[in-house]
Amino acid sequence: MAGESVAAAIAVDGLHVRRGDNAVLHGLSFTAPRGQITGLLGPSGCGKSTLMRAIVGVQIVESGSVEVLGEPAGSESLRHRVGYVTQAPSVYGDLSVRENLEFFARVLGAPSGRVAEVIEAVSLGEHVDQVVGSLSGGQRSRVSLGTALLGEPELLVLDEPTVGLDPVLRQELWATFGELAVAGATLLVSSHVMDEADRCDSLLLMREGDLLASETPAALRERTGKQGLEDAFLALIEGREEGR
Amino acid sequence: MSPRITGAVARRVLLQLRRDPRTIALLLVVPPVLLTLLKYAFDSDPRAFQTIGGPLVGLFPFITMFLVTSITMLRERTSGTLERLMSMPLGKLDLLLGYGIAFAVVGTVQAIVASLVAFGPLDVHVAGSTVAVGALAVGNALLGMALGLFVSAFARTEFQAVQFMPAFVFPQLLLCGLFVPRDEMAPLLDAVSYALPLTYAFDALQRVTIEGSLGTAGWVDVAVTVGATLLALALGAATLRRRTP
Repeated sequence: MAGESVAAAIAVDGLHVRRGDNAVLHGLSFTAPRGQITGLLGPSGCGKSTLMRAIVGVQIVESGSVEVLGEPAGSESLRHRVGYVTQAPSVYGDLSVRENLEFFARVLGAPSGRVAEVIEAVSLGEHVDQVVGSLSGGQRSRVSLGTALLGEPELLVLDEPTVGLDPVLRQELWATFGELAVAGATLLVSSHVMDEADRCDSLLLMREGDLLASETPAALRERTGKQGLEDAFLALIEGREEGR
Repeated sequence: MSPRITGAVARRVLLQLRRDPRTIALLLVVPPVLLTLLKYAFDSDPRAFQTIGGPLVGLFPFITMFLVTSITMLRERTSGTLERLMSMPLGKLDLLLGYGIAFAVVGTVQAIVASLVAFGPLDVHVAGSTVAVGALAVGNALLGMALGLFVSAFARTEFQAVQFMPAFVFPQLLLCGLFVPRDEMAPLLDAVSYALPLTYAFDALQRVTIEGSLGTAGWVDVAVTVGATLLALALGAATLRRRTP
């Protein structure tokens, strides 16, 4: 098992998080492999974003450990190696697409050609000089995603990156994620739409602050005997409730 | 801390301001307009205008930079860009100094415009050098920025941030000696005024505009103002958290 945790991109053990009076995460433990796309799925409000914040190291945790790329989450050395995209696009609405990316590229120390590559990768070529505040929601979240791609991070943590995007663009983004994984990056992508689960190499299924499953889509189908991942998810919830 | 990142922050803040020409116009036009109003409000008492006109040139940057910084920083907190920056290889000092450089530039331009109008057409006379008034104005811009940065941590909305202006800035303006000499105030208020940074900023300005030079006491004022700025920056840095609940 020790060997596995060294190879894992993310190793979470007994993670408890409290936000105000609410216990949001109740002792999660799992590992996510390197060089793969791990999907974090579950309904809105189940704690996906909190888990992602803990992995990025911006969340105050109550107990448990979170290791990222072999270091404690939030370590200074990880700030170059982890890219994080929040659910709400966190970019400057009063700057243009290019100005936003150039600013973050300078902060990250990315080479000068990188901005153009990223603009290409998130298909914003036509809007480079447009002020971000005047873009559509989907375009804005692509600027935010582009920002995280600038530093070519080893781990990308993406909180619902495809919400509100048209199907063609969603397809393209998932293709981009696939290319990044092939190139060696690890991706943790959250979604509340089960049909995105099939695009992931492995899945983490969450509900109400608990982890229901951590396995590949194929293993999940086999275990539950359901073909559709939505049905498999429901079967897991039912099985859990009967077990109580 | 790295000059590259500090520079990037300063550039970005200025770029954001440039995108907002109306704010720039207000920043530059309002102080001369208010000074003009004041001159004619004191039409029958030109000497009163002469005593407060000079120091006011140096106080405007304090007021505006307090407001501009607290709102800009609040936006940075609420839009998630602060959290993003905190997850990047950016030192807190990079952020604070970046803001400091950007607003010092704006404060300088503002002080130059206000000085040109005040010492030109409005005919304000100061005993000391107008350049010294300008330099103190830039220092006061930084003091306003540092205080604005700190108090922005206590605002959740822009409405609240705007209210910090009357809450934090007006009492300091009232007690600094601008309107009433401090030794004519109730003893308690006089005592309180010693704890307020603007008192020292104003005292230094008054020494230059009325006495002609800072003198030893004036340099003490400058030291206290710089100290208050650094203290506010340190407190502001403490409110920038990498991890939040």
